[in-house]
Amino acid sequence: MTRAGGNTIPVLIVLAALLVIWYIAATLMNAPWQAALYERAGTTDVPLAQYLADVWGQPKPLLPAPHQIVQEVWDNTVGQALSSKRSFLYHAGITLSATLMGFVLGTVLGLGLAVLILHNEAMNRSLMPWIIASQTVPILAIAPMLVIGLNAIGVTGLFPKALISTYLSFFPVVVGMVKGLRSPDQMQLDLMRTYNASRLEIFTKLRWPASMPYLFASMKVGIAIALIGALVAELTNTAAGGLGVRLLTGSYNGQTITIWGVLLMAATLAAILVLAVGAAEKLVLRNMGQAPA
Amino acid sequence: MSDVNLDIEQGEFVSFIGPSGCGKTTFLRVMADLEQPTSGTITINGMTPEAARKSRAYGYVFQAPALFPWRTIEDNVALPLEIMGYGRDERRERVARSLDLVSLSGFERKFPWQLSGGMQQRASIARALAFDADLLLMDEPFGALDEIVRDHLNSELLKLFARTKKTIAFVTHSIPEAVYLSTKIVVMSPRPGRVTDIIHSTLPHGERPLDIRETPEFLAIAHRVREGLRAGHSYEEHV
Amino acid sequence: MSNWQRILAIVAGVAATLGALLVAGAAATHLWLVVFGVAGALSLLRFAVNVRPRVDGLLAGFGGLTLLASLGEVGPSLWLALLATWLFAWLFIDRLAQQLARGETAAPGLGLVVPLAFGLTLLLLWEVAVRGLGVPQVLLPAPSQIYARIISSGPTLWADFQQTFLKAVLAGYLLGCASGFAVAILVDRSQFLRRGLLPIGNFVSALPIIGIAPIMVMWFGFDWPSKAAVIVCITFFPMLVNTVAGLNASGRMERDLMRTYASGYGQTLFKLRLPAAWPFIFNALKINSTLALIGAIVAEFFGTPIVGMGFRISTEAGRLNVDVVWAEVAVAAVAGSATYGLIVLVERAVTFWHPSVRGGRA
Repeated sequence: MTRAGGNTIPVLIVLAALLVIWYIAATLMNAPWQAALYERAGTTDVPLAQYLADVWGQPKPLLPAPHQIVQEVWDNTVGQALSSKRSFLYHAGITLSATLMGFVLGTVLGLGLAVLILHNEAMNRSLMPWIIASQTVPILAIAPMLVIGLNAIGVTGLFPKALISTYLSFFPVVVGMVKGLRSPDQMQLDLMRTYNASRLEIFTKLRWPASMPYLFASMKVGIAIALIGALVAELTNTAAGGLGVRLLTGSYNGQTITIWGVLLMAATLAAILVLAVGAAEKLVLRNMGQAPA
Repeated sequence: MSDVNLDIEQGEFVSFIGPSGCGKTTFLRVMADLEQPTSGTITINGMTPEAARKSRAYGYVFQAPALFPWRTIEDNVALPLEIMGYGRDERRERVARSLDLVSLSGFERKFPWQLSGGMQQRASIARALAFDADLLLMDEPFGALDEIVRDHLNSELLKLFARTKKTIAFVTHSIPEAVYLSTKIVVMSPRPGRVTDIIHSTLPHGERPLDIRETPEFLAIAHRVREGLRAGHSYEEHV
Repeated sequence: MSNWQRILAIVAGVAATLGALLVAGAAATHLWLVVFGVAGALSLLRFAVNVRPRVDGLLAGFGGLTLLASLGEVGPSLWLALLATWLFAWLFIDRLAQQLARGETAAPGLGLVVPLAFGLTLLLLWEVAVRGLGVPQVLLPAPSQIYARIISSGPTLWADFQQTFLKAVLAGYLLGCASGFAVAILVDRSQFLRRGLLPIGNFVSALPIIGIAPIMVMWFGFDWPSKAAVIVCITFFPMLVNTVAGLNASGRMERDLMRTYASGYGQTLFKLRLPAAWPFIFNALKINSTLALIGAIVAEFFGTPIVGMGFRISTEAGRLNVDVVWAEVAVAAVAGSATYGLIVLVERAVTFWHPSVRGGRA
């Protein structure tokens, strides 16, 4: 990606255009229901301003207007106590804890596997094909079963959700780190050999620093996926709360605006997490004299 | 670059030599309409560089072969012919002729990565010859090859020059190469990019044996080139 | 043999022998175990005579058969035989991998043997451990039980597969990838649009788009079109981002070359930039194939008529019929891997020229 400075204006203009398109779409999509409401109430000749206010103010619209969604998020975050079960922040916190736990476990697992694959030829040939194949197995499909099964034997709460996130996030880390740890070229490896460096020294002084860009790129993907995993896991474990649960209950009750509000919340959470990893990346790479990718 | 005043006659082989940053590649690219000059005029065959490019008046050879890896050698050489709208039969005939000129007949069905670096560059030259442009612009085409292959390709290029009677503008870093190949040598120097000397070679026009590089005549010209480079402070290092 | 391999070999041989000795009394009824024990004892001769890796492979295979035949009676000999089989398999994989790395053996397809052996060993350990230890089916059924369920529930599985894969996934995947590609080509003409849209596209790819599922159900109904719509949303952005990246992947020199030929936009696009973009496009196609399947299944958690893989999984999981769930997952896994493998095959044919494909490393 090019520097933010060069991209900001086009991005902002495109976002503004998208916002306009959204409002137009909302008007068009909510119009039929609005027409039905007017007919029922016998209202005719509505001035444009009133019409727009109505069509953008429906309680259960087909497509909520952006300001309705923002209003909903505001009401449910700032307008609620943090511990209230209605608060988005409360649910976000639950989802966040499962995400972070899964992400950390997944990254550690991924790193461990990457190191193992790197140093043991048998592991390399046995595991890599299966790791790649494992990603074609829709683990999210197993999520309900895993959660329910673990609950049945007494493992409840955060851990089953975190497990799903772990499974999803370890893959990008393994693949990225195997590539990264193998990235030093032959010349640099030969140089270390001329210093009679041990395998550990080669790892700490050459392979690990060289793999930093790959690590952060993988972690950005991993944390986003871990969040998705936590959300989906919550769909089956509705008792424990979380954004996924709020989404599900919203959909059962036809609360369109709430659904969009939760999605906005989840998107914001994803953005914050990825930006956080990005910030850590800039810090680490700048200390190493490298520009982030 | 400043103060570059130059005429290139038809049938000449002109080398541009100088250190990095003296503008020789830039100058070639301006001729090819790949870059725009901020002032001054250039005409090629009486046309502006843009008109020359649009009428396909020249063939360009880059520092690397720039062959498309998904095309066979014959398809690569046929690429400009496809774009310019030649018919299939004419394409096939021209491709065969070009490959023969660079001694690559028999390699039509191979892919670029199956050929050595020198052979790839020869294919790139064949591609530039395929569509009968009178002018050939070559940007350090042999720079990435080892000296032995380079010598061989230099003498092949001269044979080609003698046979096809094209006009060639050639950018190089190498003094022996510039002196061996050219009828005229333009010595350039950096900061600002300018022409320090223009040498008209006294060596015979057309084909020359490789041994000519040990004759006193050759060494004298090489010496003059070196003096030109020294006068332009080309031997001093800068960050 | 390395020291570690020596230890493995000793433990394996001793375990097999011991297992056989423990049932030596009733040798007639435990014939498999006894023969395996004898083989294991003989394997210890490797310290005197050079023994090839394939022998370890054969020992492991025979051990596997022994285990499967002896699951009727669980006892210490079973576990010893399991230990021996596992270690023989480990030895086989380790030694074969070493030979392949050193280039001592090189038959085509031998490279596949290692991961296959690894997978088979895991499957075997899974089966024996679950059946032998009596693990509750609710937590983890044995592979044989899953297989039995696949056979018995064939029609249901097929109906679910049709609903989810053949309708929702295929439609959504094709539409999503095509629209991502089309928009990328449109965006390509405008530098401004590219700079504006690309960061947004990157950002949206990271979002939990699966959350759109309930909204799609609201707009398109309960049946498969809503799931296809979710897949379109999910697959659109990776395709867009990758195609744009691919279109810009052609080198500066090659683009200058096309300029010297006075090549038009369309000619440059079809002769240079699109061919150079294929590796990126296939990257997106591969990613999208897994995303599409997951998307369809998870979208069905939000509501679907009473057929569909996601539907089956969530309802049967709720009823603790875990073997049905595993059967569905197995079908999904096979479908996912087959699709992925198909795309890889096409990729190898189209991008035969790319260094990663040429070098033999996928």
